[in-house]
Amino acid sequence: MLKNRSLIGPDDFTVAETDELLGLAGRIVREPGAFSGACAGKLLASLFYEPSTRTKFSFDAAMLRLGGQTIGFSDPLTSSAAKGETIADSARTISKYVDLIVVRHPKEGAAKLISRYADCPVINAGDGGHHHPTQTLTDLLTIRHYKKRFEGLSIGVCGDLKFGRTIHSLVTSFSRYENVRFLFISPEELAMPGYIREDLAARKIPYAETDSLEASIPELDVLYMSRVQRERFISEEEYLRLKDFFILTKDKMALGKPDMIVMHPLPRINEIAAEVDDDPRAVYFEQVRFGMYVRMALIMKLLGLE
Amino acid sequence: MINVSKLKRGIVIDHIRAGQGYKIFQQLGLDKLEDVVVLMRNVESGKLGRKDLIKIETDLALNFDVLGLIDPNVTITYVEDGERVQKVKLSPPQEVRGILACKNPRCVTNQERIENVAFRLVNPETNEYACEYCDARTRL
Repeated sequence: MLKNRSLIGPDDFTVAETDELLGLAGRIVREPGAFSGACAGKLLASLFYEPSTRTKFSFDAAMLRLGGQTIGFSDPLTSSAAKGETIADSARTISKYVDLIVVRHPKEGAAKLISRYADCPVINAGDGGHHHPTQTLTDLLTIRHYKKRFEGLSIGVCGDLKFGRTIHSLVTSFSRYENVRFLFISPEELAMPGYIREDLAARKIPYAETDSLEASIPELDVLYMSRVQRERFISEEEYLRLKDFFILTKDKMALGKPDMIVMHPLPRINEIAAEVDDDPRAVYFEQVRFGMYVRMALIMKLLGLE
Repeated sequence: MINVSKLKRGIVIDHIRAGQGYKIFQQLGLDKLEDVVVLMRNVESGKLGRKDLIKIETDLALNFDVLGLIDPNVTITYVEDGERVQKVKLSPPQEVRGILACKNPRCVTNQERIENVAFRLVNPETNEYACEYCDARTRL
């Protein structure tokens, strides 16, 4: 039962609970109109202590499409935090007004703190570089929609694997399924952190590391591209040297399987050439839509409306 | 060799890794005791080469979590009437509260005042603990 639970980290739900949630999301994908009144009379607060237009729109759109309503802020300067109120007190107060809280905060662990003090379920919409579990659910729903299964898939993750929060969560969640295999494609400087590799090795989940996107593509079922973020680098020089390291082009796509899919958490900078966008295997913009659908399913489940 | 007389009643904290004795002394607040306390450093040891040793001439409720955090290999012996009455072997605690502070500057615990933050043991070999809020690893 997911009713009245909170979602703070990517492992908060068991595989069975995640599958149940993805099952509902799949029904919403097929027939979104059937759920248009599911959250009538319910109110969601979206507390964005740092701006993230994309994520805020996704949650707001999800709630509005379910017939519910939203309140909130997207600029902390307009909230009581600017007056020095503690996060705990904000959580206690706001949860008296609403049925569900969605929070984004620059400090790691802030969503967990809010969930401790709120009287209602809390969804973590990103706490600094820590967790962003609804992005992971988005990724899982997208893979499930196109591949119809998780078991036995080879998934390649490419780009900034060292700091890529969404990639760490995806690998952790995806590795809970049977017979999956990972290919970590990155320059040495941005390689997957040791603790993730050690965890996979301890659970005997096969993975390989490479710095060649071209050589890796033919064996992949899913290619997950990621952005090399400027703010992660100490020097501009390092950033400029590495940012173009792995660019997905039409030529490289030609080496991939006909049913491979290409995903990206967006925003894309230049790691996927615009010429790839028209390839039917490029599903990164559709992925955004699945993000909204999976958030609809999550809201319904946490409110006990399904 | 400095000789310290045999304890009649009290506690001996032995087999402390050389250099860690002062840390234990501080963390247990032994400087606040009015009883006799002896901290010996760099004592010759068959097992460790060099070790630190603390003798406390009183009965005291020791914080085993603090000791386990700093050096789980220490041995604690309770002495009464000059005789050893109880020996305690330590292991690193699975979870500690109110002792560690998160070293991650981006962690919410370094912005808000949160009492008794829990840290769970993630690596017994390196004595590393993870913050319950941000999962960052830390050691005492």
